[in-house]
Amino acid sequence: MIAALNDSDMRASLRLQAPHWRCVLRESAAASKQRSFRTMHLKLNPLQLDRAQMFDELQTAEALAIAARNDAAARPRRQFLLGAAAVGATAAFRRVHAADVPPGAVAHEVPPDASKALGVPLPDNGYGTRSQFETSVRTRFKTSTPYSSWTFTPLQDSYGIITPSGLHFERSHGGTAIIDPAKHALYVHGMVRNARKYSMKDLKRFPAVSRLLFVECSGNGLTEWVKPTMQTVQGTHGLTSTSDWTGVPLSTILREAGLDARAKWVLAEGNDAAAMTRSIPIEKAMKDCLLAYGQNGEALRPEQGYPLRLIIPGYEGNMQIKWLRRLELADAPFMTREETSKYTDLLPNGKARQFTFEMEAKSVITSPSGGMGLEDRGFHEITGLAWSGRGVIRRVEVSVDGGRTWRQAALAQPVLPVCHTRFRIPWEWDGREAILQSRATDETGYVQPTLHQLVGVRGLNGPTASVYHLNAIQSWKVAADGSVSNVHA
Amino acid sequence: MCTRNAHVAAVITGLVIAATATAANTPSQAAARQYGFGVQPSAEELSQFVSPLPDGRGLPPGSGSVAAGRQVYESKCAACHGANLEGGQGDRLVGGRGGLAGNDPGRAPIKTVESYWPYATTLFDYIKRAMPLTAPGSLTNDEVYAVSAFILATAKIVPNEAVLDQKNLAQVRMPNREGFVSDPRPEKFESAQKRKGK
Repeated sequence: MIAALNDSDMRASLRLQAPHWRCVLRESAAASKQRSFRTMHLKLNPLQLDRAQMFDELQTAEALAIAARNDAAARPRRQFLLGAAAVGATAAFRRVHAADVPPGAVAHEVPPDASKALGVPLPDNGYGTRSQFETSVRTRFKTSTPYSSWTFTPLQDSYGIITPSGLHFERSHGGTAIIDPAKHALYVHGMVRNARKYSMKDLKRFPAVSRLLFVECSGNGLTEWVKPTMQTVQGTHGLTSTSDWTGVPLSTILREAGLDARAKWVLAEGNDAAAMTRSIPIEKAMKDCLLAYGQNGEALRPEQGYPLRLIIPGYEGNMQIKWLRRLELADAPFMTREETSKYTDLLPNGKARQFTFEMEAKSVITSPSGGMGLEDRGFHEITGLAWSGRGVIRRVEVSVDGGRTWRQAALAQPVLPVCHTRFRIPWEWDGREAILQSRATDETGYVQPTLHQLVGVRGLNGPTASVYHLNAIQSWKVAADGSVSNVHA
Repeated sequence: MCTRNAHVAAVITGLVIAATATAANTPSQAAARQYGFGVQPSAEELSQFVSPLPDGRGLPPGSGSVAAGRQVYESKCAACHGANLEGGQGDRLVGGRGGLAGNDPGRAPIKTVESYWPYATTLFDYIKRAMPLTAPGSLTNDEVYAVSAFILATAKIVPNEAVLDQKNLAQVRMPNREGFVSDPRPEKFESAQKRKGK
């Protein structure tokens, strides 16, 4: 969920009204001694700049982040080679300092030949870590406050369809709530015959279900309406992630409460500082929603709503309330801030679309993608992700000539409804400039539109247009030198 | 024979019982049953939650004047929303009325409480739960009514002498009350081929 793109965020991040940006590269607290793991920070300046300058600075910051990441990725290999050459036949270990490892990894000494030395003894502190050579991280979009902000999933580094829990995009409106599950309660009340209060233990006694589902922020891609802005697929599309969610069907809990015949909407409220609230139509609430406590085989991560969140398959992320504490039934929508002044799509005629729930069919090539480089002509596999809030992806087509001709890509199993679907197609690059695009079709027959088509309907009322629900075809330009960049084509 | 038939009958009866038992475990049967977990919350517990509907149901008792709201605003809100409600780290709250239409990618429509918010109850609801940013839920009902009145008066939506309360807040007519339409998607797009042919 970019989850809620608040106006303050938008203004701060995109300089809608008092824009002026300054890019500041700042070292992260976790890696303050390590130059390689800088995170991108775009710092707000109260003065005003024009859009072009703002976007230039956004791009500059992202480029620096890419450079830092590439540098970090290259460094361990260089050090290893140097170490191996220096020691020659003597099997000396290269010492790795804790500050040299990326977030989520542990520093181990690296032997010249792992088959000639004992490995690390078990157990590994009881909870595993990723390789110290893997550098992929979420990056934060610099809103005016880190307490209402979002981070992007590094889709360019993704394999398959599952997003690692630690790389699932984040969106919160009052920071990440820290909640003791032993003290957490879910209230169900309002237009019900039997108001209930559940502990987490109570909720886990109900029959559970598990589903692989994507969650996408409706603001995913908001920088891309007018001109190509972010450089990488992480920046253009990184507000979607897929997890295996486990929990109690919401319908089970609502049946337990005994719905009053008048009950047509459910208010879901979080126990975070924003007390995030959205109204959900009863038909959807009874259809396929989950009260999830599990993610990818373990408990939810704190930033994903620990200990309990709502999952609403196919609906915009901000509705899938995290840190869920309350469900109130009523005969009308509550018209909360997030469903009136935010998360509504303002059109050129001055009217705003409200309750734009579904995330429509969308796809993007994750490799090759912006910021990457092809080193050689010849074979390259084009791969990416496709998803639709309205069901199963039926077809993904790929073009390497800016949409003039299309070839059908192979869809990797499993192909599931409302879930990231991995597509792949072989490509022989002839060394000339190429425009790569992907186009998804879902089970309803809906075909992912071009940006031109989408703007034809939604208009461009301001630098971020109608802000939400940009699901247009993405174009990546492969230049003759192999470099890949974000373009509008 | 008789013995054999009786045996067959017993087997069939057993199968029927087994089939019945299986049916009781199908999802539809399971969904229909009541588990009875959890407890009934007390009215006092539920009273901690405030979620007014646009028609005013759910608003708590209390009231506040514009003058009282100015004091609340200056001490609790101005640091983020600006001395003149012009915004800062927090949203701009007033202005922009009538200026939402446009199709200029270089000019941003100004979305504020005055220009964009369709219901006054939303103001109470949001401030009560989530403001101020660093101390959410800390304002009394009277303070929330008051600061709502102050914002609405500054936006020239209610008079400066207004006192808002449980009864009259929902009666406030917001300028953009008719500014929202339902979701028409999926959309019909102009053919991409047609565009290329132009």
